[in-house]
Amino acid sequence: MILCWLLFVPFIGGLLCWQLESRHAPAQAPRWIALLTMLLVVGLALWLWLTGDYSLAGGAVGDAPNWAHQIRLPWIDRFGISFHLALDGLSLIMIMLTGFLGVLAVVCSWREITNRIGFFHLNLLWIIGGVVGVFLAVDLFLFFFFWEMMLVPMYFLIALWGHSGSKGNTRIGAAIKFFIYTQASGLLMLVSILGLVFAHYSQTGTFTFDYMVLRETPLTGTIAYVLMLGFFIAFAVKLPVVPLHGWLPDAHAQAPTAGSVDLAGILLKTAAYGMLRFAIPLFPEASAQFAPVAMALGLIGIYYGALLAFSQTDVKRLIACSSISHMGFVLIGIYSGTLLALQGVIVQMVAHAFSAAGLFIISGQIYERIHTRDMRQMGGLFGRMGALPGFALVFVMASLGMPGTGNFIGEFLILFGAFDTVPWVVVAASGGLVLAAIYSLVLMHRVYWGTPKSEASLGGLDPREYSMMLLLLVLTLWLGLFPNTVLDISHTAMTEVTDWFAVAPLPSR
Amino acid sequence: MTDFSTQMLALAPLLILCATVVGVMLSIAVHRHHFTAATMTVVGLNAALLSLLGVLQITPIQVTPLFIIDDYSLLFGAIVLVASLACTTLAHAYLDTLPDRREEFYILLLCSAGGALALIASRHFASLFIGLELLSVPLYGMVAYAYRDRISLEAGLKYMVLSGAASAFLLFGMALLYAASGSLEYAGLVDTLAGNSGSPWLLAGVGMMVVALAFKLSLVPFHVWTPDVYEGAPGPVSAFLATVSKVAVFALLLRFFTLAPPAANGWLLTLMGVIAMASMLVGNLLALRQRNVKRLLGYSSIAHLGYLMTAIVAGGTFSIETVGIYLATYVATTLGAFGVVTLVSSPYSGTDAGALHHYRGLFWRRPYLATVFTVMMLSLAGIPMTAGFLGKFYVIAIAVQSGLWWLVGGIVLGSAIGLYYYLRMMVILFLDEPGESRRDAVSGWGQQSGGIMVLLLAAAVIFFGIYPQPLISLVSATGMAGG
Repeated sequence: MILCWLLFVPFIGGLLCWQLESRHAPAQAPRWIALLTMLLVVGLALWLWLTGDYSLAGGAVGDAPNWAHQIRLPWIDRFGISFHLALDGLSLIMIMLTGFLGVLAVVCSWREITNRIGFFHLNLLWIIGGVVGVFLAVDLFLFFFFWEMMLVPMYFLIALWGHSGSKGNTRIGAAIKFFIYTQASGLLMLVSILGLVFAHYSQTGTFTFDYMVLRETPLTGTIAYVLMLGFFIAFAVKLPVVPLHGWLPDAHAQAPTAGSVDLAGILLKTAAYGMLRFAIPLFPEASAQFAPVAMALGLIGIYYGALLAFSQTDVKRLIACSSISHMGFVLIGIYSGTLLALQGVIVQMVAHAFSAAGLFIISGQIYERIHTRDMRQMGGLFGRMGALPGFALVFVMASLGMPGTGNFIGEFLILFGAFDTVPWVVVAASGGLVLAAIYSLVLMHRVYWGTPKSEASLGGLDPREYSMMLLLLVLTLWLGLFPNTVLDISHTAMTEVTDWFAVAPLPSR
Repeated sequence: MTDFSTQMLALAPLLILCATVVGVMLSIAVHRHHFTAATMTVVGLNAALLSLLGVLQITPIQVTPLFIIDDYSLLFGAIVLVASLACTTLAHAYLDTLPDRREEFYILLLCSAGGALALIASRHFASLFIGLELLSVPLYGMVAYAYRDRISLEAGLKYMVLSGAASAFLLFGMALLYAASGSLEYAGLVDTLAGNSGSPWLLAGVGMMVVALAFKLSLVPFHVWTPDVYEGAPGPVSAFLATVSKVAVFALLLRFFTLAPPAANGWLLTLMGVIAMASMLVGNLLALRQRNVKRLLGYSSIAHLGYLMTAIVAGGTFSIETVGIYLATYVATTLGAFGVVTLVSSPYSGTDAGALHHYRGLFWRRPYLATVFTVMMLSLAGIPMTAGFLGKFYVIAIAVQSGLWWLVGGIVLGSAIGLYYYLRMMVILFLDEPGESRRDAVSGWGQQSGGIMVLLLAAAVIFFGIYPQPLISLVSATGMAGG
């Protein structure tokens, strides 16, 4: 039952925000409602964490996973679709992250969003609700349902409250591009889901969309490979993997700060989650076959993203492109299939969410002060903005993987874990770290050092901004110094994924 | 053969509609009053709808060699009646200020709905032709009803000429089939078709019928009339055209190919696949550049019927369920979309508010109306949480099940293209720069019957998008009686 609350609280809160706007409530009311809603989600997630035991020993392959909580209600009997939510360590980490970034998204748009506040928060909360649904659903239909549903509010967020970009890039164009990329690839996933369901139907004569049942379906090599590709493409667009990344820089650059935070912090992670939860366990053999290609794509992503980041002049585009590079590591980690690398993937995802959110919020705050995101117009901001450049320095360091930050742990575990199986990929990927250092320092240099454009002070951080930054900073460092907090929760779930990989006959490497 | 009274009971919905036509006509002769005519129409349609429940007890039953009343015809009959009812409520608000005779509109609408019922229940070429003409001929008048508007008149004439040509094709095709098989019943064709399926006359006959029906369904390449007629026709008529006439003709097409399966073999099946594919792609591509909502919806309907043709190509028992679900969701969505357009254009004051700039910022002026329109756009685009997703789910499912991978590709590609214009339309509702010339729904639109109807449709679209089981149970229980 608590899972239902976790899922429905954001939706209800969103509707409440919308209704409060049209009635004659105080103008700030929607913000407070949204903040309370998100705090409630975080509270529920924390409560689940504190009361649940997520370190149960994993059973043998094929056993039911150790869901800490689950709820199952009949939904569409005709196709054996049920409203099946379940929670294990992996989902719990993701949901805590979602809730936390949701709070940040509400807080960081406190002053940025001034028109249509209620409708804005409706969209914001519905994104969160959709994402929570994605992380909880273990019925493939339900998963797809939330997967597609969360796109609509995100579309509105970018299209209505976004910034018009440079060079004729309109926010509506960016929003439509984002939507078409993700929706079209989502339909491929739907086709794959249906292919899998009908394959199961032809063998057993019953319709089911249940993840637990479907992953037992024996499939011949080619079919499994094709179906797996359908899933992979959908997730690859969202992650993003390089040939399919076209939507990302535009969407990030044009989105309002809260939208960027959600996009980079959570929406990208749904893709990695989808791979871990669905693409690999449903098609272990095909995934193992595909692993070299996936890792090659990951490598390309690391380098291409870094190069792309280097050539940007727009701060938010730079951070967005660096996400492509970071997600390359995640992709390599996922498909290397060792426990250590998978654990690294989890840490990397959480850490990247913190550092990217931090950087996006900072660029939002800079934008509020000097009304540009063009780095050529910045320079010399250090000392003119109170503590802001200091925080920026920390997040930039985190983003380049400085020891002591969570990002270091993530990248280190991924590379270390994958070294056993794919040493050359790891060697090549390590080169990407150098590029990360270069573009991160370039960002730092262009924005904060150099000759200042003027000497006037731009105003420091107010308590709201300061506490957001401080919280993110503490969490980034905590993750870097005590990564076990996260690793313990995800251990069992990741062991299961490793087991799925292990049963697959690995191709000779 | 069952006795006469049972047969009459089976035809009750049709008879009630015909009686209502006579009633409305007489009432106009006695005293011309808009509200009375509309009320009589609504009562008649509701009575017909209720009588379906009674008929349900005696299905399936064959009534003369012409009609077969089974669950299938009742389901689609119900869809047609509900859609006609919706169009009537829209028309009442719309026609209120028309500077001409308003009452005859309802006679035309009722006749057309009766034709649709006949067409759905037909199992014989004679009833097919009568039904189709009874459906189409009143539509000429309805499309051109606001004839003081040039484009309405033009649309009416265009539709009449092209529809006449299509009817000629249909008759020619039937004649060829009759010459070859000696039977006018669909089921009677089976043996002849199975025996010499390669005969050019038979193929030409079926082919010509498909051409005529494809014209009515506005499938590519017989779609050219659609945007002009949708744009020119008064709002309620566009809604009627997009729902009732499409549902009836499609139901007939499915019945024809189910009762005479050999008719759809060999290259003809491939041809229909190509038509489906072309409709999905061309419809969506042409919609991209439209600046008029009604034209956009016209092109979108081409694409949707293209998706649905997949079910005909796939065939099998699952196709009935697919078509039922898809048409039910499509009708609700299309009625909602045209309903909003009509409400914005109501009461009649010249050409309908079709241009996109009329809708700019509608959300901030009429939040609920714009929400309804948003829901309809999302449903047309097939986004989860709306009924349109259910339809799309079914169509993709049947295509995957039958291994029609190229059509699957077409659906995915078409949907991706379609998103562009649905989203653009949707976001216009939320932009808040003022347009030059605004038209708006009247301020009390939510209390009008049309407004309530549109709100109910939106609620239904969302309800069945989230909890579709009742709809699926209803439709999947629907069987088509054999020959």
